[in-house]
Amino acid sequence: MSQEFVRQIAFEPDHLNRRGGLMSRLHLDPWLLLLLFLIMGLGLVVLHSAGENGMAIVRSQALRIGVGLLAMLFFAQLDPMLYRRWSPWLYLAGILSLVLVLLFGAGAQGAQRWLALPGLPRFQPSEAMKLGVPLMVSWFLAQMALPPRLLPILLALALTALPGALIIAQPDLGTAVLVIASGLAVLFLAGLSWKLITLMVAAGGASIPVLWLFVMRDYQKERVLTLLNPGSDPLGAGWNITQSKAAIGSGGVHGKGWGEGTQSHLDFLPEGHTDFILAVLAEEFGFVGVTVLLVLYALVVIRSLYIASVAQTSFSRLLSGGLAMIFFMYVVVNVAMVSGLMPVVGVPLPLVSFGGTSIVTLLAGFGIVMAVHTHRRMLES
Amino acid sequence: MSWGTLRNTSQERELFQRRSFVAIIVVILVTGVLIGRFYYLQIIEHETYSTISDRNRVQVQPVPPTRGLIYDRNGVLLAENRPVFSLTVIPEQVSDMDALIGDVRDIVDVSSGDVENFRERLDERRRPFEPVPLRYHLTEAEMARLAVNRHSLPGVEMEARLVRYYPYGRLTSHVLGYVGRINEQDARRIDQVAYAGTHYIGKTGLERVYEKELHGEVGYQNVETNARGRVMRVLERDDPSPGQDLTLNLDIRLQQVAHSALGDRRGAIVAINPETGGLLAQVSTPGFDANKFVTGIDHESYAELRDSLDKPLFNRATRGQYPPGSTIKPMLALAGLASDTVTQSEIVYDPGYYELPNSSQVFRNWKRQGHGDTTLYDAIVLSSDTYFYKMAYEMGGGMMADHLEHFGFGSVTSLDVRDELPGILPSPEWKRRVHDEPWYPGDSVNMGIGQGYFLSTPLQLAATTSVLANRGERHAPRHLRYIEGEVPAEHLLPDVVRPPVEMGHESDWEYVINAMEDVVHGSEGTARRISPGLNYRMAGKTGTSQVFSLEGEEYDEDEIAKRMRDHALFVAFAPADDPEIVVSVLVENGGSGSSTAAPVARQVMDAWINGFPEVLTDQAVPGAMGDDGTTGGGQP
Repeated sequence: MSQEFVRQIAFEPDHLNRRGGLMSRLHLDPWLLLLLFLIMGLGLVVLHSAGENGMAIVRSQALRIGVGLLAMLFFAQLDPMLYRRWSPWLYLAGILSLVLVLLFGAGAQGAQRWLALPGLPRFQPSEAMKLGVPLMVSWFLAQMALPPRLLPILLALALTALPGALIIAQPDLGTAVLVIASGLAVLFLAGLSWKLITLMVAAGGASIPVLWLFVMRDYQKERVLTLLNPGSDPLGAGWNITQSKAAIGSGGVHGKGWGEGTQSHLDFLPEGHTDFILAVLAEEFGFVGVTVLLVLYALVVIRSLYIASVAQTSFSRLLSGGLAMIFFMYVVVNVAMVSGLMPVVGVPLPLVSFGGTSIVTLLAGFGIVMAVHTHRRMLES
Repeated sequence: MSWGTLRNTSQERELFQRRSFVAIIVVILVTGVLIGRFYYLQIIEHETYSTISDRNRVQVQPVPPTRGLIYDRNGVLLAENRPVFSLTVIPEQVSDMDALIGDVRDIVDVSSGDVENFRERLDERRRPFEPVPLRYHLTEAEMARLAVNRHSLPGVEMEARLVRYYPYGRLTSHVLGYVGRINEQDARRIDQVAYAGTHYIGKTGLERVYEKELHGEVGYQNVETNARGRVMRVLERDDPSPGQDLTLNLDIRLQQVAHSALGDRRGAIVAINPETGGLLAQVSTPGFDANKFVTGIDHESYAELRDSLDKPLFNRATRGQYPPGSTIKPMLALAGLASDTVTQSEIVYDPGYYELPNSSQVFRNWKRQGHGDTTLYDAIVLSSDTYFYKMAYEMGGGMMADHLEHFGFGSVTSLDVRDELPGILPSPEWKRRVHDEPWYPGDSVNMGIGQGYFLSTPLQLAATTSVLANRGERHAPRHLRYIEGEVPAEHLLPDVVRPPVEMGHESDWEYVINAMEDVVHGSEGTARRISPGLNYRMAGKTGTSQVFSLEGEEYDEDEIAKRMRDHALFVAFAPADDPEIVVSVLVENGGSGSSTAAPVARQVMDAWINGFPEVLTDQAVPGAMGDDGTTGGGQP
């Protein structure tokens, strides 16, 4: 991808976004919306094949997308100033919920992730913190001149680490890593010095043995070991990786065709409609299909980063940029996991995997990004 | 609150835009790396992963051939393959086998014998995901109940399989033998590739002898299976070639007549067509239902069969070795004439006993007062022991053995009877070799009436008698008459033309055969009681086979336990001048051949020569059999 192409994507399609245009009045960004629709459309097509009973699962997913789009529309209407004002309170509420989860939460497989409060639908507070942390860190860093000095950096890190630690305690290492990463992404965009970045990467590297010895549970270690040597336990933990790679590799350039994937249809591939849906896409639509999807994801991220870079306030920039980065991180984690580059962590493929909370959170996030873009004051002119 | 004192908005924006630019570069690079990963997996390593994926789903499955059928000489089906629905279990898909068996037992009847057999099969070597049968012969109601409950029984399948079925179970069990599940012992002697997918193999009888022809050739199919091993579709198929069908010389109607004639007595009957050596009937009673062995007999039933005093599993016709008794007298007479030991007109006085020269040892005639002056002819008709004692003494064991060997004594006579025993034709040379003892004159004397060391099977008696009926021409007994397919029966079973038995004087044959006719038709013949109403000429010879030696002692039959009584023997052929059938009859502990064995032989001969009564023809149809496909063994 050339620089020129990036600039082209960043180009403002004025004819769609004219003052008084439909998109503008709805506070939506047409480019972003188009890219999101393409991704979700492709997702539904794959889901039809990956799900056991075709249309039913597609309808169910379409319904979630609908809810997500409504959330996006709603969040797009709100002025970024409002997010800024509410950020600390949302964050506090999130921390409180995480504490409550640890005390009263419900869960499965030895992990407590769900919180059922009277009068509210059951939800995962950790999922909400995927938005809560970037909001809070952006709010905090927007208070000061950037780049931040050492003390604010340490405080921002603390704001990130606190929910991270609470989520690790559930335990949900995958989500914790993503939540922590979202805080770090905002810090990076805020101008964290390269020296410190190098230092943090080094510290991160050094902490791996500590994590391995004191934090990670046995099943998590097993996943890492399995990644390094899938053949060691081909029918147990290595099965997912082996079968996923077989599905992807056997797809070849053009794939086996829609609905013709033997790995998924004969049930060799586990979790084909959720975390491993990319393997189904790769098997049925081949290298071409995968490339199209990955390019679409990249374009979504680039478009969001462009929106961030033209935003007017420090808070808006940091928030939308952070959301863009965290979205990209989800994509990378899932794709790397499915293709056997990373251990198996339960991270769905954004906007494509079957599942409720994730799609709504993500689309709500893009609603915020669009709000940042469409609520600009015409100061420069 | 405010952390920084000075804020330069445009500088901060530029800082952010620089960082965004770096981020975009990172996004592009990382996306490139991910795409590169997929390029590696999907294009460079495509072959490798395609192979893994195909190996996952495509499996080569053997398709077993259909076993050849077996017909009697009139085209009546004796062994067929019937679809049987069985309940099978795939052990790999069951986590708790005891619980599963418990659940299955709530739905269908599973006996403890079934479970026992099932557990044994579990321990045997098998392919992964190969279903193991738990119960055979599911009824329609049971199948319906299983179908409804199948979702709660993981690993349980219903399978239709062709299983060997013998419509005349009890009648044919000793001829056909039976097939059974391939066990580890069988597995060692067969070609594993040829038997891939085959579950049954001939264990005994003709099923074993013609295993190669009946089995056929295995086929293969490529099937696509899902992750749980269930076959989704067939991709490619190479059909098996079915086994060849056999047509036997056996006539199931004659078999039926012979079986009924023996009734509930223990015994054996062999009927041969002397012109070809074809076995028309071969019966050993009591029989057993071979069908029970096909799908695996439970231990209790097997123990019952094995330990029964009547030994139903024992094939008396081919493996029962008995002293031939007086039935060998016609052949010995021929030997005596041929060796010029005796002449046709020579007269011997029979005082009721024979005293060994230069010894005080006395051998008694069966008739204590003796037969008086007897020729060789009379000696056959009256079955004079004294005459044959004397002749045997004069001939000596070596010469007798030399002559009798030509008839087929002491060796396996048949071509395709499984595990036939050769009997014993004693001779001085044999006794030295086996017992390391010299041959005494008394041994010759005992041999003269078919006792002592002499042993023969009912099949062998029929075979040797048919040489007599043929006036010296020998055709080895065989079951196979015709085989469907490329290899004709003549290639499979070349008619071993053994040199005909040469006798010095041509007239000796008719002399001996005439005497045998008088055994039946003559007023003094030992089998004269069966002559009333005979509308054809039958030549026969009675015999009594001693269970244990009672030399020179008085004994009362009634005082001896029934099972110590002599075996009754009778050999015969008819019509005497141009024989169509040779029959040998053995009735264990039947007493004398004349009263017990001869009437049985007549029933068989009557049926063959005068035709089968209509009623019998009807009974020979499978539909007329009992529910379990077996005939009652009891009607006389």
